[in-house]
Amino acid sequence: MKLNGSQIVCESLIKEGVEVIFGLPGGAILPLYQTLPEYPQLRHILVRHEQGAAHAADGYSRVTGKPGVAWATSGPGATNLVTGIATAQMDSIPLVIITGQVPRAAIGSDAFQETDTTGITLPITKHNYLVMSASDIPRAIKEAFHIASTGRPGPVLVDIPKDVFQEEAEFRYPKTVDLPGYKPNLEGHASQIKRAAKLIDQSQRPVILAGHGIIFSGAYDELRELAEKAQIPVITTLLGISSFPDDHVLCVGMPGMHGMAYASLAIEEADLLIALGMRFDDRITGKPSAFALNSRKIHVDIDPSEIGKNIKVDVPIVGDLKRVLRKLNQQVAPTTHLEWIQHIDELKREHPSMNIRDTDKLLPQYIIRQLSEATGGKAIVVTGVGQHQMWAAQHYVFTEPRSFVTSGGSGSMGFEVPGAMGAQVGQPDRVVWSVAGDGGFQMTMAELATMVENKIPVKFAIINNKYLGMVRQWQEFFYDKSYVATYYTHNPDFVKLAEAFGMLGIRVTDKTQVRSAIERAMQYSGPALIDFLVEEEENVYPMIPAGQTIHDLIEEPAPRKART
Amino acid sequence: MNRNGAPPKHTITALVQDKPGVLNRVSSMFRRRGFNIASLAVGRSEVPDLSRMTFVVEGDDRVVEQVTKHLHKLIDVIKVSDISSENIVSRELALMRVKANVQTRSEIMQIVDIFRANIVDVAAESLIVEVSGDEDKVDSLQDLLKTFGVLEVMRTGTIALNRGVGVGPTRQGEKATDTWGESSSI
Repeated sequence: MKLNGSQIVCESLIKEGVEVIFGLPGGAILPLYQTLPEYPQLRHILVRHEQGAAHAADGYSRVTGKPGVAWATSGPGATNLVTGIATAQMDSIPLVIITGQVPRAAIGSDAFQETDTTGITLPITKHNYLVMSASDIPRAIKEAFHIASTGRPGPVLVDIPKDVFQEEAEFRYPKTVDLPGYKPNLEGHASQIKRAAKLIDQSQRPVILAGHGIIFSGAYDELRELAEKAQIPVITTLLGISSFPDDHVLCVGMPGMHGMAYASLAIEEADLLIALGMRFDDRITGKPSAFALNSRKIHVDIDPSEIGKNIKVDVPIVGDLKRVLRKLNQQVAPTTHLEWIQHIDELKREHPSMNIRDTDKLLPQYIIRQLSEATGGKAIVVTGVGQHQMWAAQHYVFTEPRSFVTSGGSGSMGFEVPGAMGAQVGQPDRVVWSVAGDGGFQMTMAELATMVENKIPVKFAIINNKYLGMVRQWQEFFYDKSYVATYYTHNPDFVKLAEAFGMLGIRVTDKTQVRSAIERAMQYSGPALIDFLVEEEENVYPMIPAGQTIHDLIEEPAPRKART
Repeated sequence: MNRNGAPPKHTITALVQDKPGVLNRVSSMFRRRGFNIASLAVGRSEVPDLSRMTFVVEGDDRVVEQVTKHLHKLIDVIKVSDISSENIVSRELALMRVKANVQTRSEIMQIVDIFRANIVDVAAESLIVEVSGDEDKVDSLQDLLKTFGVLEVMRTGTIALNRGVGVGPTRQGEKATDTWGESSSI
């Protein structure tokens, strides 16, 4: 059957099971847009800015596990996607991005809206394609989905010149891919798994570091089985949050720069680290040469280049976590580490990082705790980047997989608005809360219009301290409180703004209003926003300053009251 | 560290898809991750649509391990081998324009002879020397010719292959004395 390039793209996306595309048109991609009415099964969500399209596809993928799809036109359309693509690359999110390109004959001539899209995105994609003939489109799209969603996932970009969209070719969708240079190792080396089991059996003070890989692999049950069988405390990395229930007795929380002190101390004191699908990011290790010196290390990851990159490991296992853990669990002997677990409980008592100061002031931590209780830990929480992100990670009690959506590696402020939009599109029946910073929110808030237009009922909790709060905190700690360029003297009236967009807007200035505002927002059928005017100079504790060690831990100076 | 205090050099070869942009992907990865390439040579391989690249990389074992892993990670790279520790033949081709006049020409020719190099162009004030061999040999000749004045140098970078198996210890022994990076059988 002969189709034009645009039809071939749509047919190929349907073959891949794509339901929704986030995008914004322009000249080079227009032929594709004009074909869309022929394919009503492809839902297109028109964003206000291409960055929103990429982040939304990312949020969609994080909550569904399916590749997210975004597209944009050439030149500025493509460059506006870049932050979103880099965000996905850093957090290994499968995306398929399609960009229009100037016609083939114009490539290289600095034509109107021409940029070297494959060149620009080369270091921030898992792979990319410039498709120079319509007959190559099916193979490129087939490979793009395969590469994006297998092995260590990541974004793949397909750049298509305008005249290729218009060119006719025979449409035949390939059944298989032929990529001799791409064969992810899934099984894990049997003898290394055996060694790992032996180390686990011998250890007195083991901890599991569960990362994003558990979520990609869907190895929740296997992780839980390992933890329970050998009674191993589980620490979750920022992106590993929700891979293991926060309310499980073996859960020790998040380690690192703003992690729970007891989690970082447990890593320091452990004699065995079992690192599962995580990459020893600098926010976790601090100073790598001083990180967890008392322990042997097992590192399971599907990406061989992560093993030994930052931290030397004793037992490397390259493979898919679900498969590796199944084999490992069979070999690990059931045991209890009673003394060790009691010791960690003691650490929790001595370093109660998660207590909230007893005060009448409106504290961000209190808001997150209320949000957690009001939603029973069942909401999908999407955040931006900064203090509010850390408070959300610390104080929300996550009980379901894929319920914490945050830009970890890239730290992209502004993710909270389109990221939440994509998450809600992916999980229309779940409650999606965007915990937003007033800074990041203003970077991407144009997408509120998209949400109202498309009836995407995200609830926003703006933790509004009028500061770029995390930067201000660094200025307080490390630059003598010299608050250069971090205070917004004229933030907009977010409630009026919400109303202008056609949303419900609520302002909260007092602790007593928090719960009822949350309930009201959730009862409202459309998107809603709460502007929480919080304590302006509240800090995130504990903190291990960048590049330092657990011994440099700053714990909250204020007096505490026992957690109820 | 080798005798100059520089990080040790490793020879890595890669079989890659012969597609537009592959060299860019490879060199971009090196640049982005801060790996040092001492030399890089690319050419078609024995398989249609596949090219073979030879890298000489500076760095300790950890760096080289990361280089090979990150090369592997590129979709268009099919096979990567770190052949530094193996018995290999490595060669580089160089062309050098050397200042030469009637007085110095014969002395240069003698040196060129010793190195089994060739003179491929002669002009009134200069000549072009063509030399092939391993990196040390090319370096040595270049150093010696400096006294006459080296006007221009063009080097290809090292290419390398494993020696064949089954030839036995004579090859091993031969390599030890093979100071010019050549053996009589080649």
